[in-house]
This record gives sequence, C-alpha cells and structure tokens, in this order.
Amino acid sequence: MAKGITDRQIDHLLRRAGFGARPDEIDFYSQMSITDAVDALVNYDAIADDADMHIGQNGYVGTTTRGVFSPNSNITDSRQRWLFRMVHSDRPLQEKMTLFWHNHFATGYNKIAGAYGAAEGARYMAAKASEDPAKVRGQIEMLRDNALGNFRDILLNIAKDTAMLVWLDGRTNTKAKPQENFGREIMELFTMGVGNYTEPDVYAAARVFSGWNLQRPGNVADGSARYEFFYSAANHETTAKTFSFPIYADGNKTIPARSADAGMQDGIDLINALTANSNTGRYLAGKLWRFFICEFRDPDPAFVDRIAGVYLQRRYDMRQVVREVLLSPQFWDGGSYYARYSWPVEFIVRSLKDIGWRGFSVNDAIAPMANMGQTLYEPPDVSGWDAGQTWFSTGAMLARMNFAASLANNQKFNLLTSAKQYGATPEALLSFYLDELRTAPLDSSVRGELMTYLRATGAWTGNDAQVQTKSAGLVHLIAGLPEYQLI
Amino acid sequence: MKVTRRQFVKGGVAAFTVTFAAPEFLSDLARAQGAHVRNLVVLNLSGGNDALSMLIPYNDPFYYSRRPTLAVPAGQVLQIGSDRSSVALGLHPRLTGLKQIFDQGRLALIQRTGYENQSRSHFLGTDIWSTADPNNSSGLGWVGRYLDSLPSPVDPLVGWNTTGSLPHVLQSARTAVPAIPSAAGYAFSSPNSGTELTAERSAALRISSHVPVDRPELAFVYGSAQAAMATLDRVATVGAYTSTLTYPNTGFGQALRAVAGAMSKGIGTKIFYVTTGGFDTHSAQNVNQNNGAYYSLMATLNDGLLAFYTDLNNQGLLTDTLVVSFSEFGRRISENGSSGTDHGAASVMMVMGGRVNGGLYGTAPNLNTDPQNPTLENSAGDVHYETDFRSVYAQVADRWLGTDSVKLLGGDFRKGSLSFI
Repeated sequence: MAKGITDRQIDHLLRRAGFGARPDEIDFYSQMSITDAVDALVNYDAIADDADMHIGQNGYVGTTTRGVFSPNSNITDSRQRWLFRMVHSDRPLQEKMTLFWHNHFATGYNKIAGAYGAAEGARYMAAKASEDPAKVRGQIEMLRDNALGNFRDILLNIAKDTAMLVWLDGRTNTKAKPQENFGREIMELFTMGVGNYTEPDVYAAARVFSGWNLQRPGNVADGSARYEFFYSAANHETTAKTFSFPIYADGNKTIPARSADAGMQDGIDLINALTANSNTGRYLAGKLWRFFICEFRDPDPAFVDRIAGVYLQRRYDMRQVVREVLLSPQFWDGGSYYARYSWPVEFIVRSLKDIGWRGFSVNDAIAPMANMGQTLYEPPDVSGWDAGQTWFSTGAMLARMNFAASLANNQKFNLLTSAKQYGATPEALLSFYLDELRTAPLDSSVRGELMTYLRATGAWTGNDAQVQTKSAGLVHLIAGLPEYQLI
Repeated sequence: MKVTRRQFVKGGVAAFTVTFAAPEFLSDLARAQGAHVRNLVVLNLSGGNDALSMLIPYNDPFYYSRRPTLAVPAGQVLQIGSDRSSVALGLHPRLTGLKQIFDQGRLALIQRTGYENQSRSHFLGTDIWSTADPNNSSGLGWVGRYLDSLPSPVDPLVGWNTTGSLPHVLQSARTAVPAIPSAAGYAFSSPNSGTELTAERSAALRISSHVPVDRPELAFVYGSAQAAMATLDRVATVGAYTSTLTYPNTGFGQALRAVAGAMSKGIGTKIFYVTTGGFDTHSAQNVNQNNGAYYSLMATLNDGLLAFYTDLNNQGLLTDTLVVSFSEFGRRISENGSSGTDHGAASVMMVMGGRVNGGLYGTAPNLNTDPQNPTLENSAGDVHYETDFRSVYAQVADRWLGTDSVKLLGGDFRKGSLSFI
C-alpha cells in the first residue's frame, strides 16, 4: 500500500468509516499513511469524546430546543444529539459502528414508549449513564460504549438491555409459557442467520431465556426508579434444552437441567455458543461487507473467510475485525469506491459536512429523513432498515432532492462567502462545487446540464447576487444528483 | 435472515430505467392505459395477522381452552354463518364495517391460506408471499413481474406505493413504482424562485432523463429521480382530491384516501400498495379490550376499509376495484404466557371489491390438540394450510389482471373450488 494517503482515499475512508469529511478532518488524516489513518479511526479511545459539550455553541450545527434540551428523556432531542455527534465527533468510526449496531439489534423507541411512556422510552434508548439519576444507560449508549468492543459482551448486554427486553418481549418470558420472540431473533438476526437453526431451536431458546425479566428498583421521588434486568429464578424453566448445533466446545448440544437458582447460566451458555458459532462470524462478515465495502457485488468469499477467521482468532474482538475490514484489499479496490447507496442519515450528515452547517438546526433534518425512509431510534422492524436500492423509491429520492434544496437555501449566505472568489466564470464556480461535494464520477452530459443551468437566465456577471443565487441552485442540483447518493 | 432481503434482486438492476417521455405525452399515455382501468390494491397486514382473532370459530371448545385470556366470547362475535364444513364463524366484534361489506356480498374470506413448510420468519415469510416463490424468495415481486409484462412504454404512474420504501411485492425489473406516502408532500422545491426556479427544475428534469451506461446501480437511482420528475404534476392533482366522506386519521386511512383520490382523478394508476402494521402481537394482544392492541388493529383495518369502500361506492368506482390482503403468517393457536401469540403458519386472506363473489371459502381449522389433527401442524400447534396462497394470486391474475397466471407464477395454481371473482 502506498505510504501517503491521497485525498481520494481519505474521502473514501471517511465516507465509509465516518459520515463524510469536514475540512478539518481532511487536514487531519491527510498527514498519515493509510494504515495510520485506519489505526487512528479504530483506536478512537485516544481521541477526546467531547462532542456533546459543544452542543449549542457557535460554530457548530444547531439544535432546536423546546424548553431545556433533554436528550435523555425526549426522543426528538436524542435524535438531535446523535446527529450532532455524527457531524462533529472526532471519533467518526465510533458513531458509524453505533449506527451499524443500531441496525443490527434494531430496536424501536415507540414500543418502549408505549409500555412505559415517552420519557422512559427515550431513557432506555438514549440516556447517557453519567447524566441519569440512576445511572441508566440507554441501549444506543451501551452500543456506543461497545462500538468496537467484544461481540460476546455486546450480545450479553443486549440480552439484558431494558429496551430489548421490552422490544422482543423478554420481560414476559416465563416458564409457564415461554416467549419465543427474542429466542428466535437472537439466532436469526443477531448471530447465525436464517437457515442455521430449526424451529425446535426457537422453542428451546425461549425456554433458555425464561426468567430473563425486568424489575423496578429505586424510588420515584428522586428519579432513581427504573426498569432493569432481573433474573427471576421462579420464572425459569429448569429442564434440559437440546439444540441442533453445538452449545459446548466438546460438541455437546444440550444445556443440562439446572436448579432454578443456577438457571441464568443457560442463557450465558447459549450466548457463548452463538458467539463462538462459525456461522456468526460469517454472518457478521457479510453484513460488514455490505456496510463498509460494497453493495454492488455479493461478498467476496475470500473476504468472508478472512474476516470470519479474524473474528474467531481474535476472540470476537470487533476492533480487530473492523480494522481488518478497513485494511482489506477489497475495501481499497477501485470497484468499491462509491459502490454503496447512502442511508438517509449518511446523506444528510455528509451534505452538512460538504455544504455547511452554521445556522442550520439538525432538528430540521428529522422530518426530511423520515421522508427518505429513516428515523433514528425507530427502525421499521427488528431486522433493521432494508437499505440498498430500497432507499430509492421515487418519494424518497424526491425527499433527498428537496432536503438538498432546503439546505442550499439555508446556507445561501455562507455559500456566497466561500464561493465568491470562484465566481468569475461559471466554469470556475462549477469546478469549485464539484470539488467540494465530490460525487461519484459524472458523465460529461450531466456536467453539461449543470453548466447549461449556470448559463441560463441571463449573461454571467459574477456579481454577488448572481453567485449567491447560482451557488444555491447548483448545490441543490449537485446534492440531488444520483451520483451524490452513492458513497 | 441471511442475505436474501438485503441482496439486490437478481437481474433486477440492469434494465432498470424508465423510458423517458415528456409530460404532455404521459397524460395521453395514461389516458390510453387508463381507460376502464381495473385497479388492484395490495394490502399487507404486516407482522403476522392472528387470523383466529379476526375470523373466529366460536363454537370450537378448543378455541376457548387454548386461549384462556385471548378468546372472544361467543356472544360477542359478529356471526357470518358457517363454512362448507359447517363450522360456524364470526368476525372480530370491532369489524362491523367488514360485516356490512360481507353481508353485501363484496368480501371474500379465504381460510387456511399458506404453503407447505411455511416459514415462521417475518422476513423470509414476507419475501415468500411477495415473490410467490417459496423456493427462491429473493427474486422479483409477483406484482412487479406483472408490471414488467405490460407493453412498453409503461406509464411511470402505473403503480403507486403509499409507503416510503419499495415493498418486495412491487420489485420489478423495469418499472419504477413511485413511493408517494403523501400526495401533498410530493412536490419539487428549490432555494430560488421565479425564472431561477424554472431553470433549476428544467435542469433537474433533463438530468433525470440521463441513462448512465454500464452503471446499472446508478441507473437505478436515475430511474427513481426520473419517475419522480415525471409524475409530479399528475400527483399534484390527487393532492387536491375531495373525498365523499371523512377518512379516519390513521396512516392506513389516509393512504386509502390517496388511493381513492388517484382512482377518482383517473390518473391511470392500476396497482396500489397499502400496508398497516403492528400485527406481531407476541404480548398483551388484548383482543377484547377497547384500545387493546389487537382490538385497535381491527379498528384501524375496519374503519379504513369501510371508508374506502363507501367512498368508492359513492363514486361508482367500486366495480373497478379489487383489494387483496396478505400477511406473512398466522399465529400460534395456543396463547403464550404474555397473553400474546407467537409465530404460526396458515392464515386468512381477504378479497374485497365490487365484482367479488363474497362469502367464506375453504374450511376452518379444527383446533383439537390431537397431534394427528389434519387441519393443524407442528404437533397441533399451528394451522395447516388448505389453499395454497398462489391459488388466490392465480385467480387475481387470470380473472382480474387479465394475464396468464401460469406464466406469471411459474406454475398452474388454479383451484376450481375458488371462485371469488
């Protein structure tokens, strides 16, 4: 691999391992080799996690508050905080992997809010432990803390996560009538994938997790009352559970009968078995391929083998796994550039980084994002967003074009400031913006249409009014191009 | 699930572009294709509808013993007679509108629809119902394949998807079905105004007609942009639709209102897709309580469909309309410990419309827990299918869409005893 990283490579890396590149990010990574840049992204613990303290400050993207900004108890504010972090965090890969896990363990706020009310729903999804009276850590905060953690820890945390226990009904799973919802999805969606387990495995998994319920300690007066995981021995089904795949290293497929008091070990044994199952590494490798590398080709078998191998050798350490993904030849293959459809949240954050954010409130991105098919903290179902081509229905494409229009309108003043010196000719203005927005390669006829637009409606004078108007129109057209939707 | 759902439809990308046509031409085309158009509304009850709570065998003692908290008391069901196996059936008490439509002979209920070895996975199950192919559920949608069979050029508004993203059932090789959740929000915006706006809009229109050569994945996005630009004006007319009655203010009700608007304005659309979700009732299913989970699902379904039926009837459009419902699976017969039901197998399909021969089709399951019970499967845990769901699709294809079901479905699934159209 080349020693120095090129601008094109930085852009590719940050579109995938982050949400595009702010000018200061390009400066930062351009000093490095590819390996150093990947290591800097992966070892983000060395970089301060201080994005939140800038919320509300000048120079940063705005937020809109209704009274006090309450991201730990108001889901709209939770969404704003996350969008803010995506724009401004200096740990872009941490936010990106948090999004990956959000899609992987896809849990929806509405069901939690339906069970416990809106404020509690936001709390179990998004509360920051350091800001919660009872140190409640919402699901997404847990995933952020473990964004490149050990997969086994993530799985165990998810199995005990309050929001998940509501979302997949684990809170009601008892020995009298075991509940299959979590037992099925932990195999189908979270670990091995469909085709690698049987229906009787689902029934057995339900019994394994019987008694993994919720309790409500603390007191209401000081805000410390909360729902939290509780192993209810009385509700655990104690007989042996046999699976179609190995549970133990010796190949044994049966979790033995245990006393009710010792029965929580059943679930831990199953989580360990699912973590160590070779299908899990392959399933994750396929998802990482589609998330980080390419949606236009099926996963390269050599890639899947290698990543699944690293997953097992490194004992499920996702930091090593993702590092391997980002350094893989497939990641840097020319055919992987712009070979992925951006998710609405990726499109929005990238366009803020490319076009400008000062004076824009992330609150005004939430409704457009929903029109594009995505709402953070509200995936459509437990399998997450469909992604790929399904993002590009006509209505969703129109929503992207319209977001580009409203952001261009919002940034009109800033656009004039930065484009002024390039306003002498329409050619110069077009080059400037194509350089700023860095789309997938444009065919000459498309470039020609953009030029035709700049030349329409009168002679070129290059005065401020014209540069401002044409800048806004051009930015709208470029960010609305199909080529800009690829990352 | 493995890869199927996130993978691209095999072979579905390459040819994905819409033939470009100027708006003036489109309206002619729409009129040509829209004359006496027969509308098909595909209705997805997503999450796995608990058919036993919708169409209730209220004299079956096992219905009560297996559902101690979920059973609807016999005295409360809306009785609609008996099927040909003499099982007395009743609708969920909240389905008063559907009862009315049933009594008018315009609602067919096809019992125990499903397929062999039915998937209990939401995702695989939905893929199978969408493709009508249990063996290869990663292909194109069965309605999408129908759209592909239409003669070119296909009007970009031939289909209208009322949800935000493309459902698998509408995935096609060369017809971009627009997603229009709200006719009012389906408009072009610009940072500028006046002549600058006009210049931008015409630039966007010209750009969207571009076909990138050898870049099929990019061409797919161009297809969407082009379909959006080409349909803006006609959709705007639907935004101005005044219905003959007020629809319920639910997503489902408003989606059906838009469908009725599209039909009423005669914009040429033939295929509509509507969904209402929340049927994955693992816990607190609350079949009987006002505002309980399942009770509310029935309320949404009933009130939306009744408004739609009445609105179309008022305008003489009912005879041109057929609504067909599906859901990825039925639910377990015995309730679970959370007063809910887990994933099951066969379910009930609904077909509604002005030319429907209403009534009860097929036979109800016997809920006896005997493992040998032939109407059940999975040790008498789930309902076993009696009518292959593709037989229902086949009749829709042959007798409503006027296409050859054998070709469309890749096999002969016609079933003589079905005659709902």
